[in-house]
Amino acid sequence: MFRILEKREMAERTVCEFKIEVPDIAKKAQPGQFVVIRANETGERIPLTMAGTDPEAGTINIIFQVVGKTTGLLRSFEEGDEISDIIGPLGVPTHVEKLGTVMCVGGGTGVAVMYPITKAYKEAGNHVIAIIGARTKDLLILEEEMKAASHDLRVTTDDGSYGHHGFVTDVLKQILDGGDDVKLVVAIGPVPMMKFVCKMTKEYDVKTVVSLNPIMVDATGMCGACRVSVAGKTRFCCVEGPEFDGHQVDFEELVKRQRAYLTEEKVSLDRFMGQIPE
Amino acid sequence: MAEEKAKGKKKEKVPRQKMLEQKPEDRVQNFDEVPFGYTPELARLEAGRCLQCKKPKCIDGCPVEIDIPAFIQLIYEGDFMGAAHKLKEQNSLPAICGRVCPQEDQCEKVCILGKKDEPVAVGRLERFTADWERAQGEIEIPEKDPPTGKRVAVVGSGPAGLTLAGDLIKKGHEVTIFEALHKTGGVLVYGIPEFRLPKAIVQAEVDYLAQLGVEIKAGHVIGRIKTVDELSEEGYDAIFLGLGAGLPLFMNIPGENLCGIYSANEYLTRSNLMKAYLFPEYDTPIAKGKNVTVLGAGNVSMDSARTALRLGADKVRIVYRRSRVEMPARIEEVHHAEEEGVEFHLLTTPTRCMGDDDGWVTGMECIRMELGEPDESGRRRPIPIKGSEFSMDCDLVVVAIGAGANPLLPTTTPGLELNKRGYIVADEEDGKTTKKGVWAGGDIVTGSATVILAMGAGRHAANSMHDYLMNGQTTWP
Repeated sequence: MFRILEKREMAERTVCEFKIEVPDIAKKAQPGQFVVIRANETGERIPLTMAGTDPEAGTINIIFQVVGKTTGLLRSFEEGDEISDIIGPLGVPTHVEKLGTVMCVGGGTGVAVMYPITKAYKEAGNHVIAIIGARTKDLLILEEEMKAASHDLRVTTDDGSYGHHGFVTDVLKQILDGGDDVKLVVAIGPVPMMKFVCKMTKEYDVKTVVSLNPIMVDATGMCGACRVSVAGKTRFCCVEGPEFDGHQVDFEELVKRQRAYLTEEKVSLDRFMGQIPE
Repeated sequence: MAEEKAKGKKKEKVPRQKMLEQKPEDRVQNFDEVPFGYTPELARLEAGRCLQCKKPKCIDGCPVEIDIPAFIQLIYEGDFMGAAHKLKEQNSLPAICGRVCPQEDQCEKVCILGKKDEPVAVGRLERFTADWERAQGEIEIPEKDPPTGKRVAVVGSGPAGLTLAGDLIKKGHEVTIFEALHKTGGVLVYGIPEFRLPKAIVQAEVDYLAQLGVEIKAGHVIGRIKTVDELSEEGYDAIFLGLGAGLPLFMNIPGENLCGIYSANEYLTRSNLMKAYLFPEYDTPIAKGKNVTVLGAGNVSMDSARTALRLGADKVRIVYRRSRVEMPARIEEVHHAEEEGVEFHLLTTPTRCMGDDDGWVTGMECIRMELGEPDESGRRRPIPIKGSEFSMDCDLVVVAIGAGANPLLPTTTPGLELNKRGYIVADEEDGKTTKKGVWAGGDIVTGSATVILAMGAGRHAANSMHDYLMNGQTTWP
């Protein structure tokens, strides 16, 4: 059992952050890695992003978007409550090196994954330009943190309520056209966003890394639920990823596989909503 | 002597006793265990069939060398508790072995009675004895040897790890098991379905180890949260790697990543470990196919096919590229599957999977095979028959063609030699790896095999480890 020490709700309660006491994972976790969580005895195993760790305090921060039953249940937990299982750190850590100019493009809760990665690229001596985007101003997360973690932060909103009116790809294009010698783009967010970023950077021939979030069960390489096609080959995202060369990823297949249980997810959510008193 | 003779006469008349079991039409509606097991009367009747050979062959046929005639004699005498203790001298997991061991290839295969008649039902008697002891609620905790001050880390809580942990804790060592999943038991909990091995039985065996003093740390992925070298630095004097095979193999045919195509590991893990058969009471979903195809014909294929029936499939087909005689599954498992209505499509292999616009599987294109010359496995090689392609509709596919080695731990452990298939190289006799102080056993060494072979490997490694820990820890090949 793992205790929730702090809880923070963001983006109009659609996103939630927990600080949890998990000393062994806090000691080991590196940028780009994730954990698997099982909320309670009847719970499913879901992979979640670590938005930061404090090895000294023995804590990790996880951030999740409330999209279904499991994340809804997690949001109902309060400070002092305990989570049944937290397993990790999982996945291959981000390969961080000094390259020159690096762009970190985050959308939605992908910004949470991006935050420690952005910090790591800056610490490694790169010039880091970050772009974060959301549908609207109130759904933006970690703006202050990303500002501190990068040299130059640009913000976009789809509805123009804050920052640039439009998509992260608009700003990405401006920068790529602007003559900066961008060595690497890291893009993390909803699949359509990553897909469009990759489409664009391919035209500019800029190497692009994406962090994928397929459905997982054991997340230790045993089940193959998370298989993704990269360069025409099947890869297991949990042990070989989550980061891959964005120009080689079959995003269409990923989207379809992510939607495999929509019907069951709705059944589960409806049942859950029926159980909690409004 | 006269009594012996009388007993001998009686034995000839008694046929091998069957276990009562759920009717096929009932059991496909539930996940309860299929056989009910022997009653005490049936067990004594069956035990009476044993000839009590002076030079019993059955003991040699058992990978963990249970004194089979002795425990059977105790059953015959009605001393069931005595029989249970006798079993546990050599086998710490009898309730499990009594259910899932391939006895027909081991102890029962060499039973003298089997030459003219059917062999003694050793497996059923083992199961009866273990179940009887558990039902009494008085599991005996054996005396442990005095503490040695040595610490052993066991990575993986499957049959190899559990056996080794049980052996070494009794010898006075401190034992910690690290399990990657949130529940202990390895393949016994994620792989083998409830209807073949009730999870309460596995839990009872794990609880028994905990009562003996084994420390169990679930949710610890060694290789990530800690490396093997870090375990050594933390003061573990010896480390056993019983990781299991893991990494599921796929066919590498077009369309294999369509939704509705599962590895057997995923399908069974969802159903068994995550209890998806109880969805939505449990949160993990599982696709419930109406028309299911299972690829492969091993025990895991039978488990998958029978799970699909219980999840409500109307039609379940096993597609296998060789013929019936080459099927790796136990005869009993094939028999149970056939009784329940699973169809067998032999000498057939898929060439691609077809799907709809949403990315869900709708069918497979298959090709007929014929058998050619034997391959390196000694089995006749299946060869595709040109022009024999045909298509087969299905809405769910389970790929059960075996597993490869999971690279997660081996790649983070310097000094550990792997073979060309990625399995850990370990001494066949004692399980020593190429890394000092590290042993390995079970599927991560042999590739997919059986529960009892993994237990045998755990037993041998335990003996070798004990020797190493007590004799100055100097010898290493």
